[in-house]
Amino acid sequence: MLEIKNLSFDVDTDKGNLEIIDNISLTVPDNAFTVITGPNGGGKSTLARLVMGLEKPTSGKIIFNGTDITDMSISERAKLGIGYAFQQPPRFKGLTVRKLISLAAGEELPEDECCGYLTGVGLCSKDYLNREMDASLSGGEAKRIEIATLMARKLELAIFDEPEAGIDLWSFSMLVESFRKLTGNKHKSVIVISHQERIMNLADRMVVIAGGRIEAEGTKDEIYPSLLKESTSDVCAFRKGDRE
Amino acid sequence: MDKVDAALLEEIANIHETPIGAYNLRKNGEGVARQNTANIEIITKKDKPGIDIVIAPGTKNESVHIPVILTETGLNDVVYNDFYVGDGADVVIVAGCGIHNCGDQKSQHDGIHTFHIGKNAKIKYIEKHYGEGEGTGERILNPVTVVEQDENSHCEMEMVQIRGVDSTERKTTANLKAGAKLIVTERLLTHGKQLATSDIEVNLNGEDASAQIVSRTVAKNESRQIFRYNAVGNDKCRAHVQCDSIIMDDAKVSSIPAISANSVDAQIIHEAAIGRINNDQLLKLMTFGMSEEEAEEVIINGFLK
Repeated sequence: MLEIKNLSFDVDTDKGNLEIIDNISLTVPDNAFTVITGPNGGGKSTLARLVMGLEKPTSGKIIFNGTDITDMSISERAKLGIGYAFQQPPRFKGLTVRKLISLAAGEELPEDECCGYLTGVGLCSKDYLNREMDASLSGGEAKRIEIATLMARKLELAIFDEPEAGIDLWSFSMLVESFRKLTGNKHKSVIVISHQERIMNLADRMVVIAGGRIEAEGTKDEIYPSLLKESTSDVCAFRKGDRE
Repeated sequence: MDKVDAALLEEIANIHETPIGAYNLRKNGEGVARQNTANIEIITKKDKPGIDIVIAPGTKNESVHIPVILTETGLNDVVYNDFYVGDGADVVIVAGCGIHNCGDQKSQHDGIHTFHIGKNAKIKYIEKHYGEGEGTGERILNPVTVVEQDENSHCEMEMVQIRGVDSTERKTTANLKAGAKLIVTERLLTHGKQLATSDIEVNLNGEDASAQIVSRTVAKNESRQIFRYNAVGNDKCRAHVQCDSIIMDDAKVSSIPAISANSVDAQIIHEAAIGRINNDQLLKLMTFGMSEEEAEEVIINGFLK
């Protein structure tokens, strides 16, 4: 179980102090598929990066399975079973896709197992196994390989940061299918940051983050209908204003 | 052969026992073992130190190993090795030099290699340089490589220097006739206060000659690296030069590219990049449970692979 308590994250800018995460408290239960959604720039990715340890909070606590991990390093958190798929995965010159997936798994993986993970994200495995994870891959390809690195691990908490970005529709169906199988099976709990309806449909719980705060939180049935209503009225208000 | 010799040979030429095929082992300035085959003859030069390696036309799937090891301190070994690769031959040549210096004087090996590659011949040349030893004496390697490629020949050179060499000054020149193809891969890691310079000049003199030069280097600590690569197109030809360096700590790296076209049909590209290890790369590997140092090691090993 992940417990976030009064978490804040500020950055210094030219215009003064900017609060990216503003006193967020949140509990993510075990064996659940949680979708975090909300407008761009609202703080979703920052919250995920704070949980992984990629950023240090200004104040507040992060408790994971009863242990205070607020001051733990990234690798210590990884060893506790937290994993994070980057929104923009870094490229590595010279490192093959197979090697990267093996590094993620923590052991040299047999070819067929690696192929399985690649197929699961909609990539034809034999074309990719020995390719380098470098700039020659398209954004969508790199993104899918990034997702595969998390599929190759057995985690207590897997966090995917906008996995749909840059992925074509055909592959996306396959990806949704892979996500459907994830919770409780491979990973104990899964958090996916997403704007995609089909991913939200998989959610047990949903959290809406905007302006660095939690705007709404609850089951899919509680949150999803209001979300649709809000987005429609937003668009209409904008259109109306535009015309006047 | 003692333990030090065996370890050096393993490091530079991957030799565990007597190699198959032709070989010549040079230790502390003298030839100590040699084997010829029906198609490959190794002859000691009469006018200067070194050997001629004569590969008969049409020789296929054979290899030549010519490793050099230096285990005495204060030795300055200069050697001239000339390779005559007959028309249509297809061979692998493994060279390399390992220095074990436990003394306080410098040990130096300057290998001057000239390749005459015949028409339609194909070679793969692998050269590894390595230094070790507890002594304070410097370990210096200054290789000079000259490649003369005849029509439609194919030459692939892999030149590697990973650790232990205090100072290296590499000079490589290649002259390509029509249809000849050259691929050079240079990989270098310097650390401590080491200095490495590499000058490569490729002259593409015939129609449809092509060259690809890829350099991947890592400079750590206070080491320095200077690269000067020049591709000269004198006919309808193609060349691609790519230099990529990772800089760390207080190291200094200069990459000085030059490309010259003396024909309207020459297509020559140079790409060069120097930069530190990308922070996101480190963070990504740390999310797999690696420490920062382990992540750095994985990135460097991958880059130099």
